[in-house]
Amino acid sequence: MNAFLDLVALIGRTVLAIACGTGAITLFALEGLSHLVRPPFYWRVFLGSLRDTGFLSLPVVALTALFSGGVIALQSYTGFAQYHAQSAIANIVVLAVTRELGPVMAGLMVAGRVGAAMAAQIGTMRVTDQIDALTTLRTNPMKYLVTPRLLAGIISLPLLVVVADILGVMGGFTVSTAKLGFAPETYIMATLNGLKVEDVTVGLVKAAVFGFLIALMGCYYGYTSRGGAEGVGSATTSAVVSASILVLAFDYLLTDLFFAQ
Amino acid sequence: MTEPAPLPKIRIRGLRKAFGAKQVLDGIDLDVPQGTSFVVIGGSGSGKSVLLRCILGLITPDEGIIEIDGVDVLRAPQREREERLEEIGMLFQNGALFDSLSVWENVAFALLAPTASPRLSRAQARVRANDVLAQVGLDASVGDLYPSELSGGMQKRVGLARAIADRPEILFFDEPTTGLDPIMGAVIDGLIVDCVKRMGSTAIAITHDMASAQRIGDQAAMLYRGKLVWQGPASSLMHSGNPMVDQFTHGRREGPITMELRR
Repeated sequence: MNAFLDLVALIGRTVLAIACGTGAITLFALEGLSHLVRPPFYWRVFLGSLRDTGFLSLPVVALTALFSGGVIALQSYTGFAQYHAQSAIANIVVLAVTRELGPVMAGLMVAGRVGAAMAAQIGTMRVTDQIDALTTLRTNPMKYLVTPRLLAGIISLPLLVVVADILGVMGGFTVSTAKLGFAPETYIMATLNGLKVEDVTVGLVKAAVFGFLIALMGCYYGYTSRGGAEGVGSATTSAVVSASILVLAFDYLLTDLFFAQ
Repeated sequence: MTEPAPLPKIRIRGLRKAFGAKQVLDGIDLDVPQGTSFVVIGGSGSGKSVLLRCILGLITPDEGIIEIDGVDVLRAPQREREERLEEIGMLFQNGALFDSLSVWENVAFALLAPTASPRLSRAQARVRANDVLAQVGLDASVGDLYPSELSGGMQKRVGLARAIADRPEILFFDEPTTGLDPIMGAVIDGLIVDCVKRMGSTAIAITHDMASAQRIGDQAAMLYRGKLVWQGPASSLMHSGNPMVDQFTHGRREGPITMELRR
């Protein structure tokens, strides 16, 4: 009986902890977003975040997309050649890249690179009293640290995904023409025929959501970190892990929302 | 007919704050007159930093009144509390300089803030930052460095420059000499006294350092287990006649103050 009660208590505590955590993150996000329409807005911090999140993530996102597109072409060829359906490869590559691989791979790469950096930077500011110093210098820390990063995440991820889409398709094109023997003109025509505006648009919407979630997790775990270097370390880990899981979970939810018949 | 007593710059009554079961502040009453330099001493965990953070509004107390210029800041509207911060400068224990900004941008942070009145251009703020750096004995060329490139003593000076850049009416100092050698500690204390006297500010400092407390303070108080156990002139700290203060200031193991040590 005692063991059963312990189990019930454990489940109860876990559910409460999840509910409290979700509530705290939701309130944090709402406060961060509310400062978008309440001046002042810190443009200098925003532009710095845009550079860190977007521009400096370009190499890692570009390389990931290029190789992913190539891998899709190779793997599709292996499977489709058995049914003499190689002509569908260009369609498969453009569909996979624009709908899924572009936003998801960019999201995961940015979660690892930028989510961790945000959590570490804000977490260090928390444990070294820099956030309290902001308050004493009449600067709202949420407005200064969180809101510009959230907006930078929302804007930069779609831009990165545009690049990822182009390079992913280029990766598939390069492998298909150089290694699998496709004629370049035929491959390009098939790609253009398979390219749909709504696929690209949905991919960009997904990217904006992922960018928001990654910045939110980085800011939240950094802002609430405690306990010196160890606290900053665990905040960074939590930010990357939770952002990666949320990217995949929201990818499913958004795919179901936009593409489910 | 006698004149009414002047309003203290900072007036605290019945201030209480607990973290879980631990009562950190237990009914603090304190008056800090205008233009006074007030030092709070006490051991680690006695509640000094929490007291300072409650006055600054960084921690919300459970009970009590904190008045600045007669205005109850705990019950004032948010906007009024934010405006009140314009009158306050703070030197944090570790400097709390912003790593991502250069020294001059740190010093001029409040002057460049969109909420600053008047808001200076970056060129004007740079000139003002150089002036303030000179007041704390630093060359203008230091302004282009980043905090990680500075020694501990220079970081304290830059922290002090940032605290006084906006000419605040109230200055707070959290352990201003911690981590500094005795000479640099005396230099920082001298700068603090100069700044406070020159600007006519009211100052509250918390410290463990008895030499620093006597150099900075006009008045002093001792905090022990969340209560103020003594208050008097800072010059009498070493011969206060209070057994707790005497034990603390002379660093004696035996006495009414007991340390909670775990074996």
